[in-house]
Amino acid sequence: MLRFILRRLGLAVLVALTVSFISFSLLFLSGDPAIAIAGEGANENDIAAIRKLYGFDRPMLLQYWDWLSSALRFDFGESYYFRLPVADLIADRLSVTMILGVCGISFALLLAVPLGVLAAIRPNSIIDRVALFLSVAGQAMPSFWFGLILIVVFSINLRWLPASGAESWRHFILPTIVLGYYAMPAIMRLTRAGMLEVLSADYVRTARAKGAPEGLVLFKHALRNAIIPVVSLAAVQMGFMLGGSIVVESIFALHGAGYLAWESIGRNDLPTVQALILVFSLFYIVFTFLADVLNAWLDPRMRSS
Amino acid sequence: MSAAMPRATATAAAPRDPLLEEITGPTPGQMLRRRIFGHQGFLIGTITLLVLLAIALVAPLIAPHDPYAQDLMSRMERPVFMGGDWDHVLGTDHLGRDYLSRLIYGARVSLLIGGVAALISGLIGTAMGVAAGYFGGRVDMVVTFLINVRLAMPVTLVALAVVAVLGGSLEVVIGVLGLLLWDRFAVVMRASTLQVRGREYVAAARAIGCSTPRILLTEILPNILNALIVVVTLEMAHAILLEAALSFLGLGVQPPTPSWGLMVSEGKNMMLFEPWLVLIPGAVLFVLVLAINLMGDGLRDVTAPENRS
Repeated sequence: MLRFILRRLGLAVLVALTVSFISFSLLFLSGDPAIAIAGEGANENDIAAIRKLYGFDRPMLLQYWDWLSSALRFDFGESYYFRLPVADLIADRLSVTMILGVCGISFALLLAVPLGVLAAIRPNSIIDRVALFLSVAGQAMPSFWFGLILIVVFSINLRWLPASGAESWRHFILPTIVLGYYAMPAIMRLTRAGMLEVLSADYVRTARAKGAPEGLVLFKHALRNAIIPVVSLAAVQMGFMLGGSIVVESIFALHGAGYLAWESIGRNDLPTVQALILVFSLFYIVFTFLADVLNAWLDPRMRSS
Repeated sequence: MSAAMPRATATAAAPRDPLLEEITGPTPGQMLRRRIFGHQGFLIGTITLLVLLAIALVAPLIAPHDPYAQDLMSRMERPVFMGGDWDHVLGTDHLGRDYLSRLIYGARVSLLIGGVAALISGLIGTAMGVAAGYFGGRVDMVVTFLINVRLAMPVTLVALAVVAVLGGSLEVVIGVLGLLLWDRFAVVMRASTLQVRGREYVAAARAIGCSTPRILLTEILPNILNALIVVVTLEMAHAILLEAALSFLGLGVQPPTPSWGLMVSEGKNMMLFEPWLVLIPGAVLFVLVLAINLMGDGLRDVTAPENRS
């Protein structure tokens, strides 16, 4: 088990390093970030001065090394726009995104797991069809459009919930629904498929044959085994959701890290964008690492691969 | 007559001979056709997609107005079912442009971006996945690592950042999405190749001295094609949704191009009074993606009935 954890940890670190290099080099795509910072109407001297000030005249690998070694100390440089340390800016905004992510994945699990279980118990029943419809619709629903519809219905017409801001828990209800619904289909399908497989397994038939009550069979024998892959999928979805919260945060004007990313991209605020890409990637890497370790703990067969 | 009857029932009740069944029963083609026409979701999805594709192809012939022509005298006219007139069936936008015509031309943008992006990512992902699955060892390690790296990158954020740096032209959006969405191709093609590479016909091809490229192209690829087509549809839907999201956030296709995501974004400011400006383009987008997904899910069932759940 320890060997598995160490090997998996090594992979996570390597992935993180590669992602950090890519996110750093992405923003040199345009050739010269100094021109972007100087903005329109800047002359040659201004651009040269900016190039020198930010160190863009040095080799890229050297710049990357500097950036990485400070990033390891949680120093991501200074935002071009706010003139504040990027780390402070992100730390400020991250709590909103984290709350949204946790609410979103909870909503998705609370909707998807019971639906998946019920659908698997009675395949082709009304519940199964409703579950299938919800998941097919969820996969095709543009999240920005879904968010706007919820605003039109619940904020403008019914006046039940606020349309923007993050002042109270009521502000998080609509964004949670949008974000959670996005993650629901995959979890529902996996729960249903897992339950179907487990319910036809020998040990479930044995449990039924020896007269165990149906509730016990479903929850103790079946769901416990079917839920293992769902745990790791939920972790992966959580990582995707934090990255995808940029759309939801911009619709509901939730000033979290996703909103900061959107604003910073519009402002050519390179250090902030680079740091945010890295932070969102790190979340994904940590979540999948934890999920794999948890999986290996729950299911020893996973340790060998 | 009376003597023949019992014999006939006896043959019908006799256990079926699988060999006889194979000779006299339906051909594989007939069975495939039966599965296709027995699968509602697949039929509905495919027909809807074909209709939208046809609309996109003949857009200039059927669009009632020029999608770029502004008419500031008739701005935000309502659709005909909300009290508008038949000149602008689905009303006009904030610049007086005919909404229906923009929707029709928007189908071109969505389908073009979805199709080409899926093609690019399909080429990259298939090459990586097949190489990893067939050669194994170091190649597999490298490809698996690259898939991990790619999955760790937040797609929306990276796509937004790159489009912001390079500018939001159609080519850039297609290129960015194509270079980002190869992960599922690589994962699925790797798994499918692993399944196929141990089969006898691959060993036979190797034994008679076929070159590796030939084995990959004539033995492996045709046998993983079904899975590939399913992933193509799913990733096409994915790319279309992402393009719409990017355009909605203002960092995708740029105005005045009629993109559905952009139309939702432009209508958003008037949403309080004219919600149909947002509802209509979003609904069309939803229908297109739904149709592609239904077709993809159906294809999976139709081509691999043993995997049907």
